[in-house]
Amino acid sequence: MIRVTVGLAPIDMAAALECLERDGAGAVATFSGLVRADDGVDVLELEHYPGATEAALEALATEAQERWGLLGVTVIHRVGPMRAGERIVFVGAAAPHRAAALDACAFLIDRLKTDAPFWKRETRGGDARWVEARGSDDAAAARWSAGKPF
Amino acid sequence: MRVLYFAWVREQVGLGEEDVTPPPEVATVAALVDWLASRDDAHAGAFADRGRLRTAVDGVFTRFDASIVGAREVAIFPPVTGG
Repeated sequence: MIRVTVGLAPIDMAAALECLERDGAGAVATFSGLVRADDGVDVLELEHYPGATEAALEALATEAQERWGLLGVTVIHRVGPMRAGERIVFVGAAAPHRAAALDACAFLIDRLKTDAPFWKRETRGGDARWVEARGSDDAAAARWSAGKPF
Repeated sequence: MRVLYFAWVREQVGLGEEDVTPPPEVATVAALVDWLASRDDAHAGAFADRGRLRTAVDGVFTRFDASIVGAREVAIFPPVTGG
């Protein structure tokens, strides 16, 4: 089952994991991304492109499901303002065996970073700045395909 | 046609979205960006460095040479930084 959620609400990881574990798989791998606490960011705000974001995440989830024969895929991405330690993103893959679940999970987070229209803005001590895209993210996404990343 | 802007592109243009009617010869994303930039300083400033812009046509990421003929919505934004 594919589950994609983009929203303002905090991510309930226990509930998300429980759903994946009900997909009948022998292996579930998950990744959660948190707002880093160590670089002085007071508030991290996520903007997105409503409609296109959900479509991009569903396309990624479908690609992962087909490529690794997954029984379940969950992608949850938070938008709006959040603080250090809060979850920004959760991805999970349920598969018959661990290799597929682990690879699909890595694929989902690597490609989410380059393929889904989200933008981060950091506020430190009252100064806001938009986060610049990193070439290392393009390289991480590119390892999953022969094609050139967007 | 509706044009959407996100992140610092939105801030520099000064709008989140606008409805425009480009002339028929404006047939690609690149031509649309040029046409919008020619209209005022805010657009010109936001679009000054095309290497910092990414685009989508009807919600799908595209390159600058993509057609906009028949498109309902074009989005112009910085490289994405989610996850």
